[in-house]
Amino acid sequence: MNWFDLLFGPRGWSSLLLTGALTTVALALAVIPFGFGGGLVLALLKMSPSRLVRALCDGFTTFFRGIPDLLALFLVYFGLQALIDKLSHFFGDEVHLEVNAFVAGVIALSVVVTAYSSEVWIASLKAIPPGQIEAARALGLDRRRVFFLVVLPQLGRVALPGLGNIWTILVKDTSLISTLAVMDLLRAASEASKATTRPILFYTVAAGFYLVVSILSAILQGYLEKRANRGYA
Amino acid sequence: MDGVLGFLFNIDMLTTWGWRILGGLQITVEIVVISCTLGFLLAYPLCLARMSNNLVLSRLALAYGTFFRGTPLLCQLYLVYYGAGEVRPFLDQFGLWVFFREAFYCALFAFSLNTAAYQAEIMRGALASVSRGQLEAARSLGLSSYRTSRHVIWPQAFLVALRPLGNELISMIKASALTAIVTLPDLLGITRIIFARTFDFSIYLYCALIYLAMTESIRRLWNLIERVLSRHLALARGGGAFGPVAPMPPTEGTIDA
Repeated sequence: MNWFDLLFGPRGWSSLLLTGALTTVALALAVIPFGFGGGLVLALLKMSPSRLVRALCDGFTTFFRGIPDLLALFLVYFGLQALIDKLSHFFGDEVHLEVNAFVAGVIALSVVVTAYSSEVWIASLKAIPPGQIEAARALGLDRRRVFFLVVLPQLGRVALPGLGNIWTILVKDTSLISTLAVMDLLRAASEASKATTRPILFYTVAAGFYLVVSILSAILQGYLEKRANRGYA
Repeated sequence: MDGVLGFLFNIDMLTTWGWRILGGLQITVEIVVISCTLGFLLAYPLCLARMSNNLVLSRLALAYGTFFRGTPLLCQLYLVYYGAGEVRPFLDQFGLWVFFREAFYCALFAFSLNTAAYQAEIMRGALASVSRGQLEAARSLGLSSYRTSRHVIWPQAFLVALRPLGNELISMIKASALTAIVTLPDLLGITRIIFARTFDFSIYLYCALIYLAMTESIRRLWNLIERVLSRHLALARGGGAFGPVAPMPPTEGTIDA
Protein backbone atom coordinates (compact mmCIF):
# COMPACT_ATOMS: atom_id res chain seq x y z
CA MET A 1 0.00 0.00 0.00
CA ASN A 2 1.23 3.49 -0.67
CA TRP A 3 1.38 6.06 2.08
CA PHE A 4 -1.75 7.89 0.94
CA ASP A 5 -3.97 4.81 1.27
CA LEU A 6 -2.39 3.96 4.62
CA LEU A 7 -3.35 7.37 5.93
CA PHE A 8 -6.50 8.39 4.10
CA GLY A 9 -7.73 5.22 2.36
CA PRO A 10 -10.95 3.41 3.38
CA ARG A 11 -9.00 1.63 6.14
CA GLY A 12 -6.61 4.50 6.68
CA TRP A 13 -5.20 5.49 10.03
CA SER A 14 -5.73 9.23 9.80
CA SER A 15 -8.78 9.27 12.09
CA LEU A 16 -6.93 7.45 14.88
CA LEU A 17 -3.95 9.77 14.46
CA LEU A 18 -6.24 12.79 14.55
CA THR A 19 -7.93 11.59 17.74
CA GLY A 20 -4.48 11.04 19.20
CA ALA A 21 -3.37 14.51 18.20
CA LEU A 22 -6.45 16.03 19.85
CA THR A 23 -5.75 14.01 23.01
CA THR A 24 -2.18 15.32 23.03
CA VAL A 25 -3.35 18.93 22.72
CA ALA A 26 -6.09 18.41 25.33
CA LEU A 27 -3.55 16.91 27.72
CA ALA A 28 -1.14 19.81 27.32
CA LEU A 29 -3.90 22.42 27.70
CA ALA A 30 -5.37 20.67 30.76
CA VAL A 31 -2.00 20.89 32.51
CA ILE A 32 -1.68 24.67 31.98
CA PRO A 33 -4.00 25.96 34.75
CA PHE A 34 -2.76 23.46 37.37
CA GLY A 35 0.90 23.59 36.36
CA PHE A 36 1.33 27.33 35.93
CA GLY A 37 -1.10 28.18 38.75
CA GLY A 38 0.59 25.70 41.06
CA GLY A 39 3.95 27.16 40.12
CA LEU A 40 2.83 30.65 41.10
CA VAL A 41 1.52 29.42 44.47
CA LEU A 42 4.78 27.52 45.03
CA ALA A 43 6.80 30.63 44.14
CA LEU A 44 4.86 32.69 46.70
CA LEU A 45 5.34 29.97 49.33
CA LYS A 46 9.08 30.02 48.60
CA MET A 47 9.09 33.65 49.70
CA SER A 48 7.28 32.83 52.93
CA PRO A 49 8.87 34.04 56.19
CA SER A 50 8.77 30.49 57.60
CA ARG A 51 12.01 28.62 57.03
CA LEU A 52 10.25 25.25 57.16
CA VAL A 53 7.81 26.18 54.39
CA ARG A 54 10.65 27.54 52.25
CA ALA A 55 12.75 24.40 52.74
CA LEU A 56 9.82 22.10 51.89
CA CYS A 57 9.03 24.04 48.73
CA ASP A 58 12.65 24.15 47.64
CA GLY A 59 12.89 20.41 48.26
CA PHE A 60 9.83 19.81 46.09
CA THR A 61 11.35 21.80 43.23
CA THR A 62 14.78 20.20 43.56
CA PHE A 63 13.26 16.72 43.59
CA PHE A 64 11.00 17.06 40.57
CA ARG A 65 13.53 19.04 38.53
CA GLY A 66 16.25 16.52 39.34
CA ILE A 67 14.53 13.31 38.29
CA PRO A 68 13.53 12.26 34.75
CA ASP A 69 10.05 13.41 33.75
CA LEU A 70 9.22 9.82 32.84
CA LEU A 71 10.13 8.69 36.35
CA ALA A 72 8.02 11.49 37.87
CA LEU A 73 5.16 10.21 35.77
CA PHE A 74 5.65 6.63 37.03
CA LEU A 75 6.00 7.85 40.62
CA VAL A 76 2.74 9.77 40.52
CA TYR A 77 0.90 7.12 38.51
CA PHE A 78 1.93 4.05 40.52
CA GLY A 79 2.09 6.08 43.73
CA LEU A 80 -1.53 7.18 43.30
CA GLN A 81 -2.53 3.61 42.48
CA ALA A 82 -0.70 2.23 45.55
CA LEU A 83 -2.19 4.92 47.75
CA ILE A 84 -5.72 4.24 46.52
CA ASP A 85 -5.21 0.50 47.03
CA LYS A 86 -4.15 1.14 50.62
CA LEU A 87 -7.14 3.41 51.16
CA SER A 88 -9.62 0.95 49.70
CA HIS A 89 -8.10 -1.79 51.90
CA PHE A 90 -8.68 0.53 54.80
CA PHE A 91 -12.31 1.13 53.92
CA GLY A 92 -12.99 -2.51 53.02
CA ASP A 93 -12.23 -4.34 49.81
CA GLU A 94 -15.59 -4.01 48.05
CA VAL A 95 -14.61 -0.92 46.08
CA HIS A 96 -11.78 -1.32 43.63
CA LEU A 97 -10.80 2.05 42.26
CA GLU A 98 -8.41 2.58 39.38
CA VAL A 99 -6.71 5.77 38.41
CA ASN A 100 -7.81 6.96 35.01
CA ALA A 101 -4.59 7.16 32.98
CA PHE A 102 -5.49 10.52 31.42
CA VAL A 103 -6.20 12.08 34.82
CA ALA A 104 -3.03 10.55 36.27
CA GLY A 105 -1.12 11.95 33.32
CA VAL A 106 -2.54 15.44 33.90
CA ILE A 107 -1.67 15.25 37.60
CA ALA A 108 1.87 13.96 36.97
CA LEU A 109 2.65 16.53 34.28
CA SER A 110 1.13 19.27 36.46
CA VAL A 111 3.50 18.34 39.28
CA VAL A 112 6.51 18.57 36.95
CA VAL A 113 5.33 21.82 35.38
CA THR A 114 4.64 23.28 38.84
CA ALA A 115 8.25 22.61 39.82
CA TYR A 116 9.62 24.08 36.58
CA SER A 117 7.40 27.15 36.45
CA SER A 118 7.86 28.14 40.10
CA GLU A 119 11.43 29.20 39.27
CA VAL A 120 10.19 31.35 36.40
CA TRP A 121 7.56 32.97 38.63
CA ILE A 122 10.19 33.65 41.32
CA ALA A 123 12.43 35.38 38.80
CA SER A 124 9.55 37.59 37.67
CA LEU A 125 8.47 38.33 41.26
CA LYS A 126 12.00 39.54 41.92
CA ALA A 127 11.90 41.70 38.81
CA ILE A 128 9.21 43.91 40.33
CA PRO A 129 10.87 46.97 41.89
CA PRO A 130 10.37 46.97 45.70
CA GLY A 131 9.48 50.67 45.43
CA GLN A 132 6.18 49.79 43.74
CA ILE A 133 5.13 47.61 46.64
CA GLU A 134 6.16 50.27 49.16
CA ALA A 135 4.24 52.89 47.19
CA ALA A 136 1.13 50.72 47.07
CA ARG A 137 1.37 50.07 50.81
CA ALA A 138 1.83 53.79 51.42
CA LEU A 139 -1.40 54.42 49.50
CA GLY A 140 -3.14 52.20 52.03
CA LEU A 141 -3.68 49.07 49.93
CA ASP A 142 -3.74 45.89 52.00
CA ARG A 143 -1.43 42.96 51.15
CA ARG A 144 -4.07 41.14 49.12
CA ARG A 145 -4.79 44.22 47.01
CA VAL A 146 -1.08 44.92 46.56
CA PHE A 147 -0.67 41.44 45.13
CA PHE A 148 -3.73 41.36 42.88
CA LEU A 149 -3.73 44.98 41.69
CA VAL A 150 -0.03 45.83 41.54
CA VAL A 151 2.13 42.71 41.41
CA LEU A 152 0.07 40.16 39.45
CA PRO A 153 -0.71 42.32 36.38
CA GLN A 154 3.01 42.91 35.86
CA LEU A 155 4.15 39.31 36.39
CA GLY A 156 3.04 37.96 33.03
CA ARG A 157 5.28 40.22 30.98
CA VAL A 158 8.47 39.05 32.66
CA ALA A 159 7.35 35.42 33.02
CA LEU A 160 6.21 35.01 29.42
CA PRO A 161 9.52 33.86 27.81
CA GLY A 162 10.16 31.33 30.59
CA LEU A 163 6.59 30.02 30.58
CA GLY A 164 6.77 29.73 26.78
CA ASN A 165 9.85 27.54 27.13
CA ILE A 166 8.05 25.35 29.63
CA TRP A 167 5.05 25.06 27.32
CA THR A 168 7.24 23.69 24.50
CA ILE A 169 8.77 21.21 26.95
CA LEU A 170 5.27 20.28 28.13
CA VAL A 171 3.99 19.58 24.60
CA LYS A 172 6.91 17.23 24.02
CA ASP A 173 6.52 15.66 27.46
CA THR A 174 2.92 14.68 26.74
CA SER A 175 4.41 11.98 24.51
CA LEU A 176 5.55 10.20 27.70
CA ILE A 177 1.90 9.57 28.58
CA SER A 178 1.80 7.15 25.65
CA THR A 179 3.55 4.65 27.95
CA LEU A 180 0.55 4.71 30.31
CA ALA A 181 -2.08 3.37 27.92
CA VAL A 182 -3.45 6.77 26.93
CA MET A 183 -4.17 6.93 23.20
CA ASP A 184 -2.23 10.10 22.52
CA LEU A 185 -0.61 10.95 19.19
CA LEU A 186 2.56 8.93 19.74
CA ARG A 187 0.59 5.91 20.94
CA ALA A 188 -1.69 6.14 17.91
CA ALA A 189 1.39 6.24 15.66
CA SER A 190 2.78 3.18 17.49
CA GLU A 191 -0.47 1.23 17.02
CA ALA A 192 -0.60 2.16 13.35
CA SER A 193 3.00 1.18 12.71
CA LYS A 194 2.64 -2.14 14.52
CA ALA A 195 -0.41 -3.03 12.43
CA THR A 196 1.12 -1.99 9.11
CA THR A 197 4.89 -2.45 9.72
CA ARG A 198 5.46 1.04 8.36
CA PRO A 199 6.92 2.83 11.42
CA ILE A 200 8.85 5.47 9.48
CA LEU A 201 5.72 6.81 7.83
CA PHE A 202 3.63 7.05 10.99
CA TYR A 203 6.33 8.34 13.31
CA THR A 204 7.24 10.98 10.73
CA VAL A 205 3.61 12.09 10.59
CA ALA A 206 3.56 12.29 14.40
CA ALA A 207 6.85 14.21 14.46
CA GLY A 208 5.43 16.57 11.84
CA PHE A 209 2.44 17.34 14.04
CA TYR A 210 4.61 18.05 17.10
CA LEU A 211 6.79 20.25 14.90
CA VAL A 212 3.78 22.25 13.67
CA VAL A 213 2.59 22.74 17.26
CA SER A 214 6.08 23.88 18.33
CA ILE A 215 6.40 26.35 15.47
CA LEU A 216 2.89 27.74 15.97
CA SER A 217 3.59 28.09 19.71
CA ALA A 218 6.80 29.99 18.95
CA ILE A 219 4.91 32.37 16.66
CA LEU A 220 2.14 32.87 19.23
CA GLN A 221 4.73 33.43 21.95
CA GLY A 222 6.49 36.07 19.86
CA TYR A 223 3.17 37.84 19.31
CA LEU A 224 2.22 37.71 23.01
CA GLU A 225 5.63 38.97 24.10
CA LYS A 226 5.42 41.86 21.67
CA ARG A 227 1.95 42.70 22.94
CA ALA A 228 2.98 42.47 26.60
CA ASN A 229 5.98 44.72 26.01
CA ARG A 230 4.18 47.38 24.01
CA GLY A 231 4.36 49.91 26.83
CA TYR A 232 8.10 49.36 27.34
CA ALA A 233 10.99 50.60 25.26
CA MET B 1 -0.36 -2.30 58.00
CA ASP B 2 3.29 -1.29 58.18
CA GLY B 3 4.26 2.30 58.77
CA VAL B 4 4.57 5.02 56.20
CA LEU B 5 8.36 4.65 56.12
CA GLY B 6 8.02 0.93 55.43
CA PHE B 7 5.74 1.77 52.52
CA LEU B 8 8.23 4.30 51.18
CA PHE B 9 11.58 2.61 51.85
CA ASN B 10 12.04 -1.12 51.98
CA ILE B 11 15.63 -1.89 52.99
CA ASP B 12 15.52 -5.60 52.03
CA MET B 13 14.92 -4.39 48.51
CA LEU B 14 18.43 -2.96 48.27
CA THR B 15 20.22 -6.08 49.50
CA THR B 16 18.36 -8.23 46.97
CA TRP B 17 18.54 -6.00 43.93
CA GLY B 18 21.45 -3.62 44.64
CA TRP B 19 23.85 -5.09 42.05
CA ARG B 20 21.23 -5.10 39.31
CA ILE B 21 20.53 -1.44 40.03
CA LEU B 22 24.24 -0.64 39.76
CA GLY B 23 24.33 -2.42 36.39
CA GLY B 24 21.47 -0.23 35.21
CA LEU B 25 23.27 2.85 36.49
CA GLN B 26 26.30 1.89 34.42
CA ILE B 27 24.24 1.78 31.21
CA THR B 28 22.70 5.16 32.02
CA VAL B 29 26.13 6.72 32.59
CA GLU B 30 27.53 5.18 29.40
CA ILE B 31 24.68 6.52 27.32
CA VAL B 32 24.91 10.03 28.79
CA VAL B 33 28.70 10.31 28.54
CA ILE B 34 29.01 8.92 25.01
CA SER B 35 26.06 10.76 23.49
CA CYS B 36 26.97 14.08 25.12
CA THR B 37 30.55 13.79 23.80
CA LEU B 38 29.44 12.82 20.29
CA GLY B 39 26.81 15.56 20.41
CA PHE B 40 29.44 18.11 21.41
CA LEU B 41 31.70 17.10 18.50
CA LEU B 42 28.74 17.30 16.12
CA ALA B 43 27.48 20.59 17.52
CA TYR B 44 30.49 22.69 16.54
CA PRO B 45 30.25 22.10 12.77
CA LEU B 46 26.47 22.51 13.07
CA CYS B 47 26.90 25.84 14.80
CA LEU B 48 29.40 27.00 12.14
CA ALA B 49 27.00 25.90 9.40
CA ARG B 50 24.18 27.80 11.05
CA MET B 51 26.28 30.98 11.24
CA SER B 52 27.82 30.64 7.79
CA ASN B 53 27.05 33.10 5.01
CA ASN B 54 26.11 30.23 2.73
CA LEU B 55 22.31 30.38 2.72
CA VAL B 56 21.78 26.70 1.83
CA LEU B 57 24.10 25.54 4.61
CA SER B 58 22.57 27.81 7.22
CA ARG B 59 19.00 26.86 6.25
CA LEU B 60 19.87 23.17 6.47
CA ALA B 61 21.35 23.64 9.94
CA LEU B 62 18.25 25.61 10.96
CA ALA B 63 15.97 22.82 9.70
CA TYR B 64 18.04 20.24 11.58
CA GLY B 65 17.81 22.24 14.80
CA THR B 66 14.09 22.92 14.42
CA PHE B 67 13.30 19.26 13.83
CA PHE B 68 15.33 17.91 16.72
CA ARG B 69 14.29 20.61 19.17
CA GLY B 70 10.65 20.74 18.08
CA THR B 71 9.73 17.06 18.31
CA PRO B 72 9.71 14.78 21.37
CA LEU B 73 12.90 12.81 21.91
CA LEU B 74 10.78 9.70 22.44
CA CYS B 75 9.36 10.11 18.93
CA GLN B 76 12.90 10.46 17.51
CA LEU B 77 13.97 7.37 19.41
CA TYR B 78 11.04 5.35 18.01
CA LEU B 79 11.84 6.63 14.55
CA VAL B 80 15.41 5.30 14.79
CA TYR B 81 14.65 2.11 16.72
CA TYR B 82 11.59 0.91 14.79
CA GLY B 83 12.49 2.70 11.57
CA ALA B 84 15.81 0.84 11.34
CA GLY B 85 13.93 -2.46 11.12
CA GLU B 86 11.87 -1.18 8.21
CA VAL B 87 14.90 -0.17 6.16
CA ARG B 88 16.92 -3.24 7.13
CA PRO B 89 17.75 -4.35 3.52
CA PHE B 90 19.17 -0.89 2.91
CA LEU B 91 21.19 -0.96 6.15
CA ASP B 92 22.41 -4.48 5.32
CA GLN B 93 24.01 -3.19 2.13
CA PHE B 94 26.35 -1.05 4.19
CA GLY B 95 26.72 -3.54 7.04
CA LEU B 96 25.00 -1.09 9.39
CA TRP B 97 22.27 -3.45 10.57
CA VAL B 98 24.57 -4.89 13.25
CA PHE B 99 24.70 -1.38 14.68
CA PHE B 100 21.00 -0.49 14.51
CA ARG B 101 19.91 -3.93 15.71
CA GLU B 102 20.88 -3.03 19.27
CA ALA B 103 18.61 -0.77 21.30
CA PHE B 104 21.72 0.63 22.97
CA TYR B 105 23.23 1.93 19.73
CA CYS B 106 19.88 3.22 18.49
CA ALA B 107 19.55 5.22 21.70
CA LEU B 108 23.11 6.54 21.36
CA PHE B 109 22.40 7.54 17.76
CA ALA B 110 19.13 9.35 18.51
CA PHE B 111 20.45 11.05 21.67
CA SER B 112 23.66 12.25 20.00
CA LEU B 113 21.75 13.83 17.12
CA ASN B 114 19.27 15.37 19.57
CA THR B 115 21.77 16.88 21.99
CA ALA B 116 23.90 18.12 19.08
CA ALA B 117 20.98 20.33 18.02
CA TYR B 118 20.67 21.82 21.52
CA GLN B 119 24.42 22.23 22.03
CA ALA B 120 24.81 23.90 18.64
CA GLU B 121 22.15 26.42 19.65
CA ILE B 122 23.96 27.05 22.97
CA MET B 123 27.26 27.64 21.14
CA ARG B 124 25.59 29.96 18.66
CA GLY B 125 24.08 32.02 21.46
CA ALA B 126 27.41 32.16 23.30
CA LEU B 127 29.33 33.24 20.21
CA ALA B 128 26.72 35.88 19.45
CA SER B 129 27.07 37.26 22.99
CA VAL B 130 30.69 38.27 22.37
CA SER B 131 30.57 41.80 21.05
CA ARG B 132 31.66 42.43 17.48
CA GLY B 133 34.22 45.01 18.61
CA GLN B 134 36.29 42.23 20.19
CA LEU B 135 36.61 40.52 16.82
CA GLU B 136 37.43 43.76 15.02
CA ALA B 137 40.00 44.76 17.63
CA ALA B 138 41.71 41.37 17.46
CA ARG B 139 41.82 41.44 13.67
CA SER B 140 43.16 45.00 13.62
CA LEU B 141 45.96 43.88 15.96
CA GLY B 142 46.96 41.47 13.22
CA LEU B 143 45.81 38.22 14.90
CA SER B 144 45.02 35.45 12.44
CA SER B 145 41.44 34.22 12.35
CA TYR B 146 42.48 31.05 14.21
CA ARG B 147 44.19 33.07 16.97
CA THR B 148 41.25 35.47 17.19
CA SER B 149 38.90 32.56 17.68
CA ARG B 150 41.19 30.62 20.03
CA HIS B 151 42.46 33.43 22.25
CA VAL B 152 39.79 36.16 22.07
CA ILE B 153 36.35 34.87 21.11
CA TRP B 154 36.16 31.39 22.62
CA PRO B 155 37.46 32.18 26.13
CA GLN B 156 34.64 34.70 26.47
CA ALA B 157 32.01 32.61 24.71
CA PHE B 158 32.86 29.52 26.72
CA LEU B 159 32.05 31.24 29.99
CA VAL B 160 28.60 32.14 28.63
CA ALA B 161 28.05 28.64 27.26
CA LEU B 162 29.14 26.87 30.42
CA ARG B 163 25.89 27.05 32.38
CA PRO B 164 23.55 26.09 29.53
CA LEU B 165 25.90 23.24 28.62
CA GLY B 166 25.67 21.99 32.21
CA ASN B 167 21.89 22.23 32.01
CA GLU B 168 22.01 20.25 28.79
CA LEU B 169 24.09 17.56 30.49
CA ILE B 170 21.47 17.38 33.26
CA SER B 171 18.63 17.14 30.78
CA MET B 172 20.48 14.35 28.96
CA ILE B 173 20.74 12.40 32.23
CA LYS B 174 17.00 12.82 32.61
CA ALA B 175 16.33 12.03 28.95
CA SER B 176 18.38 8.82 29.12
CA ALA B 177 15.51 7.31 31.14
CA LEU B 178 13.56 7.09 27.86
CA THR B 179 15.74 4.16 26.80
CA ALA B 180 13.84 2.09 29.34
CA ILE B 181 10.87 2.22 26.96
CA VAL B 182 12.84 0.57 24.15
CA THR B 183 13.66 -2.37 26.46
CA LEU B 184 17.13 -1.21 27.50
CA PRO B 185 17.90 -2.17 31.13
CA ASP B 186 19.23 1.24 32.17
CA LEU B 187 18.60 2.62 35.65
CA LEU B 188 14.88 3.20 35.05
CA GLY B 189 14.62 0.06 32.91
CA ILE B 190 15.97 -2.11 35.73
CA THR B 191 13.64 -0.34 38.13
CA ARG B 192 10.64 -1.21 35.97
CA ILE B 193 11.75 -4.84 35.78
CA ILE B 194 12.14 -5.05 39.56
CA PHE B 195 8.78 -3.36 40.10
CA ALA B 196 7.12 -5.83 37.74
CA ARG B 197 8.55 -8.72 39.83
CA THR B 198 7.98 -7.37 43.33
CA PHE B 199 5.23 -4.73 43.05
CA ASP B 200 7.20 -2.88 45.70
CA PHE B 201 6.73 0.80 45.15
CA SER B 202 9.83 1.80 47.13
CA ILE B 203 12.09 0.78 44.22
CA TYR B 204 10.85 3.81 42.27
CA LEU B 205 11.87 6.07 45.16
CA TYR B 206 15.37 4.59 45.30
CA CYS B 207 15.66 5.09 41.56
CA ALA B 208 14.54 8.71 41.93
CA LEU B 209 17.12 9.31 44.67
CA ILE B 210 19.93 7.99 42.45
CA TYR B 211 18.90 10.25 39.57
CA LEU B 212 18.57 13.14 42.00
CA ALA B 213 22.06 12.51 43.39
CA MET B 214 23.50 12.59 39.86
CA THR B 215 21.74 15.74 38.70
CA GLU B 216 22.25 17.63 41.95
CA SER B 217 25.98 16.88 42.12
CA ILE B 218 26.43 18.04 38.55
CA ARG B 219 24.45 21.20 39.27
CA ARG B 220 26.63 21.95 42.33
CA LEU B 221 29.84 21.05 40.51
CA TRP B 222 28.86 23.40 37.72
CA ASN B 223 28.18 26.25 40.16
CA LEU B 224 31.66 25.69 41.57
CA ILE B 225 33.36 25.58 38.15
CA GLU B 226 31.53 28.71 37.09
CA ARG B 227 32.54 30.56 40.22
CA VAL B 228 36.20 29.61 39.77
CA LEU B 229 36.32 30.42 36.07
CA SER B 230 34.54 33.76 36.40
CA ARG B 231 36.28 35.01 39.56
CA HIS B 232 37.82 37.87 37.53
CA LEU B 233 34.23 39.10 37.01
CA ALA B 234 33.25 38.83 40.68
CA LEU B 235 32.95 42.58 41.18
CA ALA B 236 30.87 43.11 38.08
CA ARG B 237 28.55 40.24 39.03
CA GLY B 238 27.02 41.99 42.03
CA GLY B 239 23.35 41.45 42.76
CA GLY B 240 19.92 43.06 42.87
CA ALA B 241 17.66 44.34 45.62
CA PHE B 242 16.76 40.77 46.64
CA GLY B 243 20.41 39.61 46.77
CA PRO B 244 22.17 37.72 43.99
CA VAL B 245 20.04 37.20 40.91
CA ALA B 246 18.68 33.63 40.94
CA PRO B 247 19.82 31.41 38.05
CA MET B 248 17.05 30.62 35.61
CA PRO B 249 15.72 27.06 35.54
CA PRO B 250 17.21 24.66 33.00
CA THR B 251 14.78 25.20 30.16
CA GLU B 252 15.36 24.09 26.64
CA GLY B 253 15.94 26.73 24.01
CA THR B 254 12.98 28.17 22.18
CA ILE B 255 12.26 27.17 18.65
CA ASP B 256 13.16 29.60 15.88
CA ALA B 257 9.99 30.15 13.94
